Amino acid sequence: MGIIKASKLVHEYIRRDEEGNVESIQTALNKIDLEVQAGAFIAILGHNGSGKSTLAKHINALLLPGEGTLWVDGMDTAREENVYEIRRAAGMVFQNPDNQIIASVVEEDVGFGPENIGIPTDEIWTRVEASLISTGMLKYRSHSPNKLSGGQKQRVAIAGVMAMEPKCIVLDEPTAMLDPNGRQEVLKAVHELNRKKGVTIILITHYMEEVTDADYVYVMDQGEIVMQGKPREIFSKVDRLKKHRLDVPQITLLAHELREAGLSISRGILTREELEAELVQLYGSKKGNVNYTG
Amino acid sequence: MSIILDKVSYVYSEGTAYESWALKNVSLKIEDGQFIGIIGHTGSGKSTLIQHLNGLLKASSGGIYFNGRDIYEEDYDLRELRTKVGLVFQYPEHQLFETTIFDDVCFGPMNQGLSKNEAGLRAFEALRSVGLPESLYYQSPFDLSGGQKRRVAIAGVLAMKPEVLILDEPTAGLDPKGRDEILDLVSNMHREREMAVLLVSHSMEDVANYVQRIIVMNDGSVMYDGTPGEVFLHYKELEAVGLAAPQVTYLMHELKEQGLPVDCGVTTVEEARNSILKIFR
Repeated sequence: MGIIKASKLVHEYIRRDEEGNVESIQTALNKIDLEVQAGAFIAILGHNGSGKSTLAKHINALLLPGEGTLWVDGMDTAREENVYEIRRAAGMVFQNPDNQIIASVVEEDVGFGPENIGIPTDEIWTRVEASLISTGMLKYRSHSPNKLSGGQKQRVAIAGVMAMEPKCIVLDEPTAMLDPNGRQEVLKAVHELNRKKGVTIILITHYMEEVTDADYVYVMDQGEIVMQGKPREIFSKVDRLKKHRLDVPQITLLAHELREAGLSISRGILTREELEAELVQLYGSKKGNVNYTG
Repeated sequence: MSIILDKVSYVYSEGTAYESWALKNVSLKIEDGQFIGIIGHTGSGKSTLIQHLNGLLKASSGGIYFNGRDIYEEDYDLRELRTKVGLVFQYPEHQLFETTIFDDVCFGPMNQGLSKNEAGLRAFEALRSVGLPESLYYQSPFDLSGGQKRRVAIAGVLAMKPEVLILDEPTAGLDPKGRDEILDLVSNMHREREMAVLLVSHSMEDVANYVQRIIVMNDGSVMYDGTPGEVFLHYKELEAVGLAAPQVTYLMHELKEQGLPVDCGVTTVEEARNSILKIFR
């Protein structure tokens, strides 16, 4: 079984009036099936209100299945005795770094998690140091978090999760509030954790550019998985993504428009390098033709 | 309408060990009806700058002139300034508080001293212009989606009929469609009401797609001030201060280096498309 496996997972938000009668039911997750293999880098796309964050909260057992089953590292999240182990196995990072940092010194903030689960002091410090190194924040260990930039704060939050030594990290729009540099710092840190430490990553984002390096992408709409595949497959379907209120990376869009205009460019171009290579080749052969005929 | 900043400096915690200069000698002129983007990394002084424009922060030194009048003059009505220069903060939906959407939008004009009727008319107009369906007007703002809440919050500022609209990262956290909807809305406002609009953003692509002029803030000073094409030519310098250029701008520079005669001043997908197609014709 993969590190995360959902089978017909359902979540309903039920609103009740003052007497406890059901006023409305909103289905946020509708029979979700998915399986994530350990060590994978997964991205989840979907418009606001499509159910992404609800799914993320299920992976951390912050929400429990209404119907169906979700296993995290082989543990059924519906069983109460599993909750602590599940939260140790799957860490979470949220959008706003300011809501996740609690201590007045970076290293104390990172040590908060392991201290809470009763790790011996010596080991806490080992873990704090290792996680600060893995997110590139070691030199700020004795700084005050509120003097850091957004990207740095978010990396401290990620280090805090790493100190719990999770097998999997769920990041719910971790870059939404950051400037371009901060976004890059955070993504680089996350990719390194995935590559070097083998941590499974589930990245929820609204920035299409952040998804191009993922192993696999899920697209959600109205609580269902409506598309899934490798980034190249997903982003080759420009019109379908737009129907789900999403977009494609700018370069993919440009490649799409150039192809529509008659240039012979491959489908599903993701990066600048790919488009550059194709255009340079195309231009070379065009010039070649001109020389030949001329 | 114009706002002139004359050598404006602002110091946080002046005279203490934590003293820091958030603005250093900033001089700017914001003309009638311009659509301006303000970019800069976190902590570059963007937010401090915009809070000066409606008098929420008072410059430590220098002067600010709105329509030719010094806003720091003793008898200047700062209250009126704040209705003329509307400021939409980051995550403005967190400031919604009334029981119905309609009442929430009425709050601004009522505070301006307008009668209930007049405020109501303003609220209708503002809600219509942000494209919220009429069936929602009397519902709780808290039942709306993220993008809709944000539009209600923007309507609350529009209802005061500002001459200048300032938005601090209005698209943060929205999905791509929601992002386009808000920016199209702001762009329409700019055209139809001939309002000057200042857009603070971390998205270089959004800025390039919509604005006529970009002001780049770095370390409390204006680093660049020009059209998107001009500003993004300095992409290397922008990277050094934590910013970037739109992806298509990078592509054009790389193509040029490879010997393709494309235009490097390109900042949008449409411009890139046209410039590339031209060399294949």
